[in-house]
Amino acid sequence: MDAILEAVEAPEEGPQVAHHEPVRYQELVGPVAVELCDLTKSLGGRVVLDGVNLAIQKGETLCIIGGSGAGKSVTLKHIVGLLKPDRGCVKIDGVDVTHTKNGELDAARRKIGFLFQGAALLNSMTVFENVALPLREHERLRDPEIRERVTAKLALVGLEDAGHKYPAEISGGMKKRAGLARAIIRDPQIILYDEPTAGLDPVIASTINDLILDMQKKLGVTSILVTHDMSSAFRVSNRIAMLLKGKIVKLGSPAEFKASEDPIVRQFIYGESEGPLTKERA
Amino acid sequence: MIGTLVKVQRMFEDSCLGAGYTLDVLVRAFLQMGRVRHKRRELLDQLVLCTLGSLGVVFIISLFTGMIVSLQTGITLQQWGQEARLGFIVSVGMCREMGPVFTCLTLAGLVGSTYAAEIGTMKVSEEVDALEVMSIDPIYYLVMPRVIALGVAAVALTIYSDLIGTLGGALVAKSRFGVDLGIFLKNAQDALVLKDIYGGLGKSLVFGVTIAAVACSQGLRAGQGAAGVGQATLRAVVISFIFLLLFDYLLTWMLY
Repeated sequence: MDAILEAVEAPEEGPQVAHHEPVRYQELVGPVAVELCDLTKSLGGRVVLDGVNLAIQKGETLCIIGGSGAGKSVTLKHIVGLLKPDRGCVKIDGVDVTHTKNGELDAARRKIGFLFQGAALLNSMTVFENVALPLREHERLRDPEIRERVTAKLALVGLEDAGHKYPAEISGGMKKRAGLARAIIRDPQIILYDEPTAGLDPVIASTINDLILDMQKKLGVTSILVTHDMSSAFRVSNRIAMLLKGKIVKLGSPAEFKASEDPIVRQFIYGESEGPLTKERA
Repeated sequence: MIGTLVKVQRMFEDSCLGAGYTLDVLVRAFLQMGRVRHKRRELLDQLVLCTLGSLGVVFIISLFTGMIVSLQTGITLQQWGQEARLGFIVSVGMCREMGPVFTCLTLAGLVGSTYAAEIGTMKVSEEVDALEVMSIDPIYYLVMPRVIALGVAAVALTIYSDLIGTLGGALVAKSRFGVDLGIFLKNAQDALVLKDIYGGLGKSLVFGVTIAAVACSQGLRAGQGAAGVGQATLRAVVISFIFLLLFDYLLTWMLY
């Protein structure tokens, strides 16, 4: 862990937006929020995760990168308890949530917000009802209180005028923002983002990145992102973990990744068509 | 040869897993029924879908079922001069057997397929996962209201089907065999005992709950993409039909 901390304290390189920068990692070092211990999972006879070990500090934004099928989304699904590992465990605030009863898993999930790749809004409900759903199901609040909290979260993601619309009536970017509003409606301590900028135009993607940074700054949440979008990864994360064939092959700060001489890392982050990754796939 | 055996073994294993999963879904839905008051709106929506959505089809099927039974048995009875007994056969046949079975076969095709497609689509688009992540049990949120709604709707529609079928039989008895409506209904009244009516309605309740459990569990087990949803819908209807006929035999054997 010390090696990781030294690595991520290295100064940032490359252009950054002045008013939207991730909090420096040395300011965040503290207790571990999420810990993956020897996480191993096979799906359809293929090893997707092969002994992944990772610790994410409270308040940190960690980005998991890797090619398609590398096990990024599977990692997120393990953290939130949608998948059970074949071996190993996931700890949330030090509590093993992989071998618990439903009640304990629910308590752990209470701390987590999840932004799905396709937002996963319930199509039969309006945006407002989608965001209000966790409050209606879990908290004994009166309608005016629910309205106030939902309106505040929708305003935070810039959707204050879209509450009455159904998911089919809004754009992909708006769905992502509505999904984010739903993920943060109960003020979670940890937010998981599955491809938050995938399929969005650069301007909307930038807005989503700003929202992720705002979550860290304003709410102090721990964030774990899965993405292929390297500009997003460099912009919002304190640390980046690269998954390849179910293993973490590199873990470090964005600056370390940019400076890396590892041909696998370089090919991936610069999107080169020729290199060791292409040869392996062939 | 060995390849075929392996395929058969896999099919058997899949069937056992599927049956176990459906039973698990049903038991969990029953355990959640104490919280039904929180799902009143959803329950009402599902009841409207099940009953009003099926009313027209059940009317046509029941009417023609009663008419065909009356026509076929009437032709035979006429040879013995017993066509006045048509009310007996049509009413008992509708209440004991044809009302529940044809109504629930219709519900399996109309509502069961809708449930499987709806929940399957939610599964594929990660909406079911989203519910789980929000600590909302999909069984409580999606399955329990549907199981109750289809159970209630099956019973209500069977009463409706019994009446329409008997009416259809009476129309044919009058027009084809000249049996007076009053005699037909008097015969029906004399023939029917409470057990015939309650037995048929009990069957409907079992069928309705079974169809809902099968359809919802198939939706929750849907594979990836549109093809996965299509296969789940097909399986839901086929398995519902098989279970319905199997349970019909067993219940008839137990009741009569």
